[in-house]
Amino acid sequence: MAVTQNIEIKSSSSDVHLSEALAGDYFELLKPRVMSLVVFTAAVGLIVAPGYINPFIGMVAILCIAIGAGASGALNMWYDADIDAVMTRTRKRPIPSGRITKSEALGFGIGLSVFSTIFLGLATNWLAAGILAFTIVFYAVIYTMWLKRSTPQNIVIGGAAGAFPPMIGWAAVTGTVTIESIVLFAIIFLWTPPHFWALALFKEGDYEAVGVPMMPNVVGARKTKIQMLVYAVLTAIVGVLPTALGFAGLAYGIVSAALGLGFIWYTFKTYQMRDDDETMKPAKKLFGYSILYLFAIFGMLLIDRGIMLVVGGL
Amino acid sequence: MAEIERVELTEKQAKARKGRSIALALLLVAFVVLVYAVTVIKIGPDILNRSL
Repeated sequence: MAVTQNIEIKSSSSDVHLSEALAGDYFELLKPRVMSLVVFTAAVGLIVAPGYINPFIGMVAILCIAIGAGASGALNMWYDADIDAVMTRTRKRPIPSGRITKSEALGFGIGLSVFSTIFLGLATNWLAAGILAFTIVFYAVIYTMWLKRSTPQNIVIGGAAGAFPPMIGWAAVTGTVTIESIVLFAIIFLWTPPHFWALALFKEGDYEAVGVPMMPNVVGARKTKIQMLVYAVLTAIVGVLPTALGFAGLAYGIVSAALGLGFIWYTFKTYQMRDDDETMKPAKKLFGYSILYLFAIFGMLLIDRGIMLVVGGL
Repeated sequence: MAEIERVELTEKQAKARKGRSIALALLLVAFVVLVYAVTVIKIGPDILNRSL
C-alpha cells in the first residue's frame, strides 16, 4: 500500500504563481474604450450596407468584430508590456501592474482571435472573417511588433487596423468590398494621424522615454503639425464623399462638412500652438474633438439612413 | 513514501479564482446559446431536412 505525505506550500512563496486576476482584469486586456469605437463603426458599416442580414446574426457579427478587436488589444499588451510599464498612460494596465502574466495574456489573445474569426465566418461569410483575421494580424504583428518601434509612420500605416471594422460590417452583409466600404475605411484611416499625433504632442516625453519613434520625437513638433493639417483636410474631404457618391443624403453631407471644418479648425489651432507651450491645450482639445468627430460622423451616417428610410417610405 | 505537494490559497487568490470560474461558466452558457441560436437562424426549417 502506497503511503503518501501531504506537503503544504504557501501560495505566497516565490516559486509558486497563483493568479489573483479578476475577470475584470481580463476584460481590461481587451481595451474596452478602443473596442467601443470599433463596435460603433462596425455597427454603422453593417447597418448602412445595402441588403438584408438577420438582426441576431448582425449582432453576432458585431460581437465577433468586438472580440477580434479586443483580442488584438490583448496581443498588443502582451508584446508591449515592457514599454507599458514605463509610460504614465499605460503603467496601470493588467500586465505591468502584475495582475496578469504575459503568457496568460498571449493565450487569451490567441484564443479569442481564433474564436472570433471562425465564429464570424460561420455566422456570416468568410470574406468578413478573412478581413477580421487580417485586421488582427495587421494590428498585432505588422503594427505592434514591427512598425511601432521602427518608423515614425507607425500609426499612419497601423491606422489601417482601426479603419477595417466598418468594412468588416459591410462585408458581413454584402459579402463584398465596394467603393462605399473603402470610403468608410478611408475616413478612419486619414483621421488616425491627427488624432494620434495630437496625443503624441502632449505625451512626447512618454514616447521618448521608451524609444517609440512617434512623429513629433523624430521630425519635431513643427513638421508633425504640418502633416496633421494635411491629414485633417483630407479627412474632411473624404468625410463628405458618402453624400457625393450617393450612399448618404444631404443631411449627412451638411453635417459632415461642418464637422470636417471643425476638425481642420482644431488642427489649425494646434498648428499655431507654440512649440514651447507646456500646457498644450490646443493639442488636448484636438484630441478630444477628434474622438467626438469620428463618433459624430458615423452617428450621422446612421441618422441619415433613418431619414432616407422615413422619406423613402412616405 | 510518495509526497503530494498541496498549495494553500490565500483568501484573495481563492476569491479571485471563484470570480473567474463564475465568469467562465457564464461565458460558456452564452456560447452554447449563441451557437444554438445561430444554427437555428442559419439553417432554419432545413434543420430537420437531413439524410438518414
